[in-house]
Amino acid sequence: MLIEKLKERFGADLLEAEEARGDETIVLARDRAPEILRALRDEQGFEFDMLIDLTGVDWPERKPRFEVVYHLNSLRLGHRLRVKVRVDEGDAWVHSVVGLWKAADWLERECYDMFGITFKGHGDLRRILLYDSFEGHPLRKDYPYQRRQPIVPETDPVTNPLRPSR
Amino acid sequence: MALPARWQQKIEASDPVEEIMELQMGPSHPASHGTIKFNLKLDGERIVDCDVEVGYLHRGFEKMCEQGTWTQCFPYTDRLNYASPCINNVGFAQAVEKLLGVEVPERCKYVRAIMSEVSRITDHLTCLGMAASEVGAVTVGFYMLEARELLYDLVEAVTGARLTVTWCRVGGIAHDLPPDFNDRIRHAFQNLDAVLSDCDKLLSRNRVFIDRMSGIGVLSREDAISYGLTGPLLRATGVPYDVRKAHPYLVYDRFDFEVPTGEKGDNYDRFNVRFQEMAQSRRIIEQALASIPEGPVSITDPGVVLPPKHRVYNSIEGLMNHFKLIMEGIKIPPGEAYSAVEGANGELGFYVVSDGSGRPYRVRVRPPCFFGMAALNRMLIGRMVPDIITTFGMINMIGGECDR
Repeated sequence: MLIEKLKERFGADLLEAEEARGDETIVLARDRAPEILRALRDEQGFEFDMLIDLTGVDWPERKPRFEVVYHLNSLRLGHRLRVKVRVDEGDAWVHSVVGLWKAADWLERECYDMFGITFKGHGDLRRILLYDSFEGHPLRKDYPYQRRQPIVPETDPVTNPLRPSR
Repeated sequence: MALPARWQQKIEASDPVEEIMELQMGPSHPASHGTIKFNLKLDGERIVDCDVEVGYLHRGFEKMCEQGTWTQCFPYTDRLNYASPCINNVGFAQAVEKLLGVEVPERCKYVRAIMSEVSRITDHLTCLGMAASEVGAVTVGFYMLEARELLYDLVEAVTGARLTVTWCRVGGIAHDLPPDFNDRIRHAFQNLDAVLSDCDKLLSRNRVFIDRMSGIGVLSREDAISYGLTGPLLRATGVPYDVRKAHPYLVYDRFDFEVPTGEKGDNYDRFNVRFQEMAQSRRIIEQALASIPEGPVSITDPGVVLPPKHRVYNSIEGLMNHFKLIMEGIKIPPGEAYSAVEGANGELGFYVVSDGSGRPYRVRVRPPCFFGMAALNRMLIGRMVPDIITTFGMINMIGGECDR
């Protein structure tokens, strides 16, 4: 139902569109994603006013390797949608959606932290759950589960705060 | 004793009246229950900027879940929001069941709903009790902890543990309700009523309390939606969004209950919404207990649920079944699913991906209080330092869930 409406409105911009297990999913191309996400937020009949979740999935043996997964929710119409953008390892970046939903601020920082995917136009893309000198991105499948991190050298917190505020 | 030279220089160089002072509050601060750091920029006592730093309790929940079988994730989910572990269990089980395409028996749905509501009350009691004692109403804090203790006894009677319950399974629950559950819950509710009425008298017309809460930490409705807030934080702005009503799961569509909302979106409204929700949870539990059907609490599909112990020890088929499930895990066809429940702090979602092996390929949890913490900066700018305490308290950040 929703998927039909999406196909009608966006046509060839949807690389894939399917419904499985009651969840509707569409896949977008990276460059078209910001425009379509804006339309999904603003246009009547979609009205996805809430970015419920944003995360990544790593498929090392696939090409492109990463999926950035957005979960949208509409308060007024009560429907949900999953949106995916696929990006490959060498240029793992997508456009930031902070301008559309403020929730994206921290979610994109977390996705960057965990997967090393960058969000163009974010403005404050720092690590969030891990510390700045952490090496690697732990939710990538090639990050070994039991890998140890080097000890962070002690610094003077007054002259050289470990994490300068913005 | 002389100060080190660099401190001396810093003190001489700065004029405390003109300068914007940087203050790092936390990560371990007696007034913030939870390990969190606020990098503040202060003009006198007014907050100019507040950079909230989370992650001190990061344990790699999502990475850990990828290492074991689906069943082995349940103990980790207990430790997400440890003030209401049953809801986390239910949320995860539901997501995996959606992925697997199985439906749990009726009685299991009722029991899950009952325990979710009991957990919601314990979570709200923790949040409100702590928030009240942080503004000086220590009595309320202890009263509420006492009432919570009775509910924890109830949780212990059902699950065998107070916090680390690990009580749901894929396809059902580990134990049915104990035979004396109705008596126990009646006893707990009698005490809860007395406590809530006492707390209401202590707080609802208390000048100090109202002055500290009312008009503080305001967030507009548009901002709350844009920040992705759910649960009491969103409902305090007047949006009646509740996953139990908007996307009904379990048997919530059969119960008659209201979704309390606020108007101004300040801390006082958040407090009130939570306070009233406890009464609604009570209503749900009473209706559920009145209509709960008899029957099994778990499905019997041997590919999903462990066989009973007498079959494991007395038959080779049972033993093999047990061995395969423990060693290889539940084989879930490749795919993905997102499923949400109404956690005590808002929408608790699980996004699970399977690649067809017996192990989760990806488990993502949508932690409701993470979104509240992201909005904290917006709520605090322009306010005073003591307002951090009440606002932070009303977000009810649970480190285990926010930092995972």
